[in-house]
Amino acid sequence: MSVVALSRTVEPLLSVQHLTIGIPSSGGGHATLVRDVSFEVGPGVRYGLVGESGSGKSMTLKAIAGLLPRGVEVLEGEIHFDGDDVLTMSPHERRRIMGPRMAMIFQEPMTALNPTTRVGKQIAEGPRRHLGLSKADAQELAVDMIRRTGIPDPARRARAYPHELSGGLRQRIMIAMALSCKPALVLCDEPTTALDVTVQDQVLRLLAQLCDDMGSALTFVTHDLAVVSQTCSRLSVMYAGRIMEEGNVREVYEAPQHPYTEALFQSAPDFDDPGRRLAPIPGLPPSLTDPPPGCPFAPRCQYAIESCSTGSKPLVEVRHRHLSACDLADQIFGGTR
Amino acid sequence: MLSRLKFVPMRLLQAVPVAFGVTLVVFFMVHLIPGNPAESILGAQATPAKVAALTDQMGLNQPVVQQYWHFLSNLAHGNLGESYTYQVPVLTLVWQRAPVTLLLVAYSVVLMLIISIPLSMLAASRPGHVRDHAVRVIPLVGLGMPQFWVGVMLLLVFAVGTGWFPVGGYGDTMMDHLWYLFLPALTLAISISPVIIRSLRASMLNVLESDYVATARSKGAGGRSLFAGHVLRNAIIPAVSIVGVNLGYLVGGTLVIEKVFAIPGLGSMLIESIFARDFPSVQAVALFVAVFVVLVGVLTDVVYTLLDPRVDLTQRMNA
Ligand SMILES: Nc1ncnc2c1ncn2[C@@H]1O[C@H](COP(=O)(O)OP(=O)(O)O)[C@@H](O)[C@H]1O
Ligand code: SF4
Ligand SMILES: [Mg+2]
Repeated sequence: MSVVALSRTVEPLLSVQHLTIGIPSSGGGHATLVRDVSFEVGPGVRYGLVGESGSGKSMTLKAIAGLLPRGVEVLEGEIHFDGDDVLTMSPHERRRIMGPRMAMIFQEPMTALNPTTRVGKQIAEGPRRHLGLSKADAQELAVDMIRRTGIPDPARRARAYPHELSGGLRQRIMIAMALSCKPALVLCDEPTTALDVTVQDQVLRLLAQLCDDMGSALTFVTHDLAVVSQTCSRLSVMYAGRIMEEGNVREVYEAPQHPYTEALFQSAPDFDDPGRRLAPIPGLPPSLTDPPPGCPFAPRCQYAIESCSTGSKPLVEVRHRHLSACDLADQIFGGTR
Repeated sequence: MLSRLKFVPMRLLQAVPVAFGVTLVVFFMVHLIPGNPAESILGAQATPAKVAALTDQMGLNQPVVQQYWHFLSNLAHGNLGESYTYQVPVLTLVWQRAPVTLLLVAYSVVLMLIISIPLSMLAASRPGHVRDHAVRVIPLVGLGMPQFWVGVMLLLVFAVGTGWFPVGGYGDTMMDHLWYLFLPALTLAISISPVIIRSLRASMLNVLESDYVATARSKGAGGRSLFAGHVLRNAIIPAVSIVGVNLGYLVGGTLVIEKVFAIPGLGSMLIESIFARDFPSVQAVALFVAVFVVLVGVLTDVVYTLLDPRVDLTQRMNA
């Protein structure tokens, strides 16, 4: 193994530092959708971003991929991918990495595929552009990718239009498309949320296996804790655009270090204990245009005390490689173990 | 793919009652035109006796309903009658004139696309930008001006003024035709482009915001590859039906514009026949135009079906 390869494994593949995303408005009162988010993903690692809908997961992912919607901008922070600062890249440089280095799988397989183009051609598009394949070779690769996603009769399926396929098949096509150029990093935005549970499970397995085969790292966004636990090794829990807790999946599951994470577990169904009563989190996430001072979870937190609503609540390491943004993490969770 | 085009024969069959309705309306409207064809044919000096004799001979004395019945039974035999003015079957005249008008319509559509697609792309690529406002406002000026007036202006500036284009006529070779028809086709294109640009711009913006365009971007598509590969075709689909609706309007405009540019097409034939009280010619042109508009409707649906694999008009028909 070369020195370069060794140093790569030391350096993270993706490094997001102090990322702040918002909607700048001239009239003041701008909304901050993501605030001071930092995390790193090593090569081949599967990293999860979990949180309720609206917590800024998709925006974080879109900022990494350079696909923020019109009007939404990165206000602060840095994103490095493979050592390159992606935020300062020209559109041309950006296009050169999208596909062969970094790929994305979207939430809605129903709308994420071009409705007027055969799926095989859509898969072949990336390899043609980035790998310099001929039309025929790219088409062959597309059929092969479809085969690898476990779809029977791949050559015939390649000629199908998206509307002729079920949601599960379409999402497999999306996976085939994202992995067709062997990217180092695959960004997934709730890739299975739109699917029913059995299909969801198959698609997750497939995704994990193909990423392993290709050595691709994964950054996986979901609101579903069960899905991260099945897919990822490390995760961040996001709330109101901020990271509340970060740690290895197993440790966060066994001993959450933030009241929001704990509440999230209690509000989610548990397959091991189906009889347990679900406890939805009372209240609503805070306003993004006018966030309250202090801990953003304070209005809904059962442990909140007066000091929670003042000062900044930075992420601090409360255990080895396990970070929490809760001031009281030690008092609340420390004593129980 | 082909199975989705099964609706075409059915639709063509449906055109028959439409054409029948058109003959009814046209026939009775023609007889509302004041003046007697026999008088027009014989000229102002003709004696009333001669006029009466000819009127009788032409069957114009019979009740209108009876005349209509006569017209229909002839039509059933493919006979649309003879032109009063030229004494030849009107079908012969129509077949001579129709290609001119069809070429003019097709030419206008091509120019319309050449104008509309780049302009709507320009507008949609930077919504809210100066060029977007410019693209949206300037064509409205064109929409506000009568077609007739636009034609006369182009004629004055580019034919009479600069001499770049002929003042009128049709020419002899295909190249000639394209040169002679440029200004009239441009006139028509200018008059319908604003509607098309507006619809294309809106659908392009829609498509640009769509998930599948984000997917395409995530594969490294951008700029021209994005537009050609993912935006254009999807954006044109909703615009196709608007083009289809406006083609009827375009054909109507052709009839007027032919007169301005002295083009020997169906439009000028229609106007001449009306002035000459040449009823069979008027009826033939009207019938032809009606059938043409119906065919354009079918053609629009065919294009729509070919562009969008999700569309299956055959099913809608059976439902
Ligand atoms: N196109 C947009 N423009 C402005 N705000 C948006 C847009 N899309 C989403 N938002 C807002 O950004 C916040 C974060 O959204 P998102 O990242 O999609 O959340 P998540 O993926 O965690 O559900 C939400 O409050 C949402 O309302
Ligand atoms: S800082 Fe206070 S309010 Fe926030 S999570 Fe911890 S205990 Fe709850
Ligand atoms: Mg989301």
